[in-house]
Amino acid sequence: MAEQYPILVLLVLLFGALLVGLAGMADRRICFPVTVTALALALAVSLGILQRVINEGVIRYFVAGWSRPVGIGIELRIDTINALVLLTITTVGLLAAVFSFRRVKEDKTEKTPLFYILYLLLIMGLSGMVITGDAFNLYVLLEVSSLTSYALIAMGKSRRAAVAAFSYIIMGTIGASFYLLGVGYLYLRTGTLNMVEIHQAITGLEGVSSAIVVAFVMIIVGLMIKMAFFPLFGWLPNAYSYCPSSTSCVVAPLMTKVGVYVMVRMMLTVFGTEWVFENLQYSQWMVGMAVIAILAGSVMALAQVELKKMFCYIIVAEVGYMVGGAWLANHWGMVGTVYHIMSDAFMTLCMFLAAGIFLKQAGVVRIDQLDGMFRKMPLTMAGFVVGALAMIGIPPTCGFFSKLYLIRGGMESGHWGYVVALLISSLVNAVLFFRIFEIAYFGKKPVEGHGHHADHSERSVIKEARLSALVPLLTTAVIIILLGIFNQDLVDLIERSLKGAEVIGSAVLSGEGGLG
Amino acid sequence: MPEVIQTYTPLWACLSALLAVIPIILLRKESFLREGATFVAGIVMLGFVISMVPEVLSGKVLECMLVQITRDVPIKFRVDGLGLLFALVASTLWIVTSLYSVGYMRGLKEHSQTRFFAFFAVSLTATMGVAFAGNLLTLYLFYEILSLATWPLVTHHQDKEARSGGRKYLTYLLGTSVGFALPALIFCYVKASATGLEFSTAGFLVGSVEGATALVLLLLFTFGFSKAGLMPFHSWLPGAMVAPTPVSALLHAVAVVKVGVFCIIRVFTGVFGLEFLKELDIAIVVSWIAAFTVITSSLIALTQDNLKRRLAFSTIGQLAYIILGVSLLTDRAVMGSMTHIAMHAAGKITLFMCAGAVFVATGKKYISEMDGLGRKMPFTFAAFTIGALSVIGLPPTGGLISKFYLVTGAMDAGQPLLVTVFLVSTLLNAAYLLPIAYRAFFPKDRQLASQPFSWKSTAEAPWACVVPICITAALAIVLFVKPQLLLKLASLMVTGTG
Amino acid sequence: MGEIFKQYVIDHFNFWIAVILMMIGLYAMITKNNLIKKLIGMSIFQTAIILFYVSAGVKDGATIPILEHHAVEVEQVEMLAAAAGHSPSEHAASGHESHAINPDDYSNPLPHVLMLTAIVVGVATLGVALAVSQVIYKNYGTLEESEILAKIKAAENDG
Repeated sequence: MAEQYPILVLLVLLFGALLVGLAGMADRRICFPVTVTALALALAVSLGILQRVINEGVIRYFVAGWSRPVGIGIELRIDTINALVLLTITTVGLLAAVFSFRRVKEDKTEKTPLFYILYLLLIMGLSGMVITGDAFNLYVLLEVSSLTSYALIAMGKSRRAAVAAFSYIIMGTIGASFYLLGVGYLYLRTGTLNMVEIHQAITGLEGVSSAIVVAFVMIIVGLMIKMAFFPLFGWLPNAYSYCPSSTSCVVAPLMTKVGVYVMVRMMLTVFGTEWVFENLQYSQWMVGMAVIAILAGSVMALAQVELKKMFCYIIVAEVGYMVGGAWLANHWGMVGTVYHIMSDAFMTLCMFLAAGIFLKQAGVVRIDQLDGMFRKMPLTMAGFVVGALAMIGIPPTCGFFSKLYLIRGGMESGHWGYVVALLISSLVNAVLFFRIFEIAYFGKKPVEGHGHHADHSERSVIKEARLSALVPLLTTAVIIILLGIFNQDLVDLIERSLKGAEVIGSAVLSGEGGLG
Repeated sequence: MPEVIQTYTPLWACLSALLAVIPIILLRKESFLREGATFVAGIVMLGFVISMVPEVLSGKVLECMLVQITRDVPIKFRVDGLGLLFALVASTLWIVTSLYSVGYMRGLKEHSQTRFFAFFAVSLTATMGVAFAGNLLTLYLFYEILSLATWPLVTHHQDKEARSGGRKYLTYLLGTSVGFALPALIFCYVKASATGLEFSTAGFLVGSVEGATALVLLLLFTFGFSKAGLMPFHSWLPGAMVAPTPVSALLHAVAVVKVGVFCIIRVFTGVFGLEFLKELDIAIVVSWIAAFTVITSSLIALTQDNLKRRLAFSTIGQLAYIILGVSLLTDRAVMGSMTHIAMHAAGKITLFMCAGAVFVATGKKYISEMDGLGRKMPFTFAAFTIGALSVIGLPPTGGLISKFYLVTGAMDAGQPLLVTVFLVSTLLNAAYLLPIAYRAFFPKDRQLASQPFSWKSTAEAPWACVVPICITAALAIVLFVKPQLLLKLASLMVTGTG
Repeated sequence: MGEIFKQYVIDHFNFWIAVILMMIGLYAMITKNNLIKKLIGMSIFQTAIILFYVSAGVKDGATIPILEHHAVEVEQVEMLAAAAGHSPSEHAASGHESHAINPDDYSNPLPHVLMLTAIVVGVATLGVALAVSQVIYKNYGTLEESEILAKIKAAENDG
């Protein structure tokens, strides 16, 4: 059984989707339990995978037993990094699914089965992208997750949802096609699609093959569109803010983060850090672009009046954090990036869950509608505050530690612009979230004078959210703190994969590095 | 190296305030029991702190490992002379202030008292955490928690003024801590993570930085901990005076601002180390910034008519004394700085609570309205006089002791100009504090002055306000008579046993 | 000059055609105002990539990779794998394999198989995109991007 875990995590979700479809024909009420069961099983299996990776090292699983010499099998390859990201995906998936309980039932009754089918396929696609060891298989799963997310976004009630989904389709297809083209070049040059074998072939080549450089650039550009890296982020804010809350809760935390993960995987496993950082001298440029992304994302977030739009631009800035961190070309930058993939997934989830609750309970779309929320919805605000503190980077939340590692990486590699950009973005986040706190604490028009509070005069009609919405939010808040407190264990695990010679074989990342 | 004892006492001291939050919230309907919980927590906390005194006095260091949060740098507590001194001050004054806030909050029928007491307790936890922090990361962690936990207290009134005051408060405190202190912290982490960033008398940065980098780092820390109110990052402090007076009293005369200077003292004595700073010869820059702050803030204080604002500017000046003292790097000046934390706390909290008592009893905020009030509120203004003497540094109050050490320390350092700064500012202190007390008892107005004093015409604030004022005023005198404990604790830090 | 032209253009004319088609598709996707025209561009773009892959698998004079000799199984499978592992340009080096089956006789099947999947993906994308554009048409009564944007702006100003 345990040997089959890697495929099991995908199969559980795939058959879950099928079952949801069948169940939906009989009784729509069964859809939700089936979905949650499938996701819970997937979560359990991904825990099992992590356990196995910790105990036994890298898992190599050949689908249907077509092992490598034959040359056509698909390999699932799991080290500690993707085991952790897989766990993140299944956890976020489960939490967002629980959150969707009432929402879907009320919003779109006939579409409930469809929603959950797409939802499970989306999680399946993302999980597959993370664990696959085959560059072409990754493309297919990338498109599985993209297609389902197009449909999920287009399900939004707003008229603009479909328009947003359409531009997302166009951009997403361009991105995926670039990726496919890059993989094509790689295949022509190396004759294989297996990531590890591509790596071996590349290291075997002498000098810098221009075909491989082209392949690398195409793949990275394609992924940049998928992860909404500045300036290719145009599709993201509309797509994520006009889709239904239950969709944005799963799409916003995961899609961009998995894009970043794939980039990291390409840099680590496929091309190899030595090749990427030493043969290509792109680090300066990429970090420079990341700095612009961080600053631009932060500034645009400041300009927003809508809550979800603001979060969307924060995502743009956070993607800049991660891309910059990965391209710092040193140990701590990479550790920080992988750690931030996890912490940012949960921080974003927390933000969008809270935004969903505000929208549902109080019809809040704009920030200034949040007045007096601390009193009306104390538990929701408590969860939101934890997420916001993590976004700002207050210890002991996970946001602090990802910044700690990223800034350490920036200092050690001498990219001071990146360090400054991270700090500025933290400050901007502080401004953004305290603006919200202030409105939520004081109300829109603070009463003149002394000691009188609004709720003496008017009984608030807005009630605290239901349990099915609160449990995911508060769980996420707890996870954010736990990720921070146990960051050392996670970093140990991440480092284990970074140091595995088989994966990178480079002195750049495994060294402990220092300023002087 | 001093002997190290592993113990959980510092953790318990910290937790006793945090755990009090639960009964405070549960007993929100029973205001009497709720405030009882605060007292019990305060007394328990003080008990824990006092129980650590003998061991620390005998030159030992108490340690308590909490979480190994990053590979080299854990979250841990480490109690030495300085930390214990600060913890003693904060926990003693918490009890007194709790009593006072009961009187004040009830007297004014404030809203949301449960929230007030709950965040008060959280703030105290954070203050204790700062006091006992064993390394830079722990210090930063509790420093930030304190900024956030005090915000609802500062903005308690939830009106327009509170809003702008609170906004300024967070902008300055979070802005400087994230913008300056955090990069400095991470720089230390990059440079010296092998030392665990643990405070030690020698300083963990020894040999890792030099020249201009060291100066930049020192300034980042000094301005980053802007709770210390060093100019030009001081203007949050007068802004935060919108808070209810118990908050101003405890947090802005004692806990928050003292946490700021405490952190800076830690940076000087624990991060760089006095010897290393002497070698680098950079601390004089900080000295002059502090000296400038001392004089300027005293001059501004002279012009303020709102009593709390005048006290706030006075606080800025007194905090700069402490920073100036420690930046002189001589043993006596540093000891003076550390004891001044306690001495100034006793004096300033008295003054603030007097201002609050006046407000509760008469609703007056401005000094110009307080002519002759001493006759109505004799206890309050007697205490005010003692507090003022202490802040100025005159006998028979504790302020004299610390100022004596500071001035002789400045002489040791061979900085006659800075000695002059101390003396001039003392005169200025007298100029902005003593007239208030004088006018209260001897009003300008002939008619008021000619009225005979009678006990019947007094109209003091509620006893719960007056008793704490008398206690802290007495404390200021006791500290003059028996400063030995504080001096001993402070000397532990400079003789190298800490 | 002629040599370079031959080396880069004539010998790789399939790549050039793919690139030109891609550019046409990309141009349509980005600049066309009509949503359906955008989708046509998208299809051209995807087809160009399919062409690129398939043409890369072709060898001069090779036939479809179906083995007619049933006797040798395991060996052949392994050899086929080895063949799949070489791109056409490297084939001179692998001439030492003198088995009954010469890999040069068969075109590389893997790109074709991959493209089957890519075609399916492309069709699915097109399907979703068409469905979405139908929804857009229902909502806005037009498929011209500029008109839709104008209507969105008008709705925003009203709200």
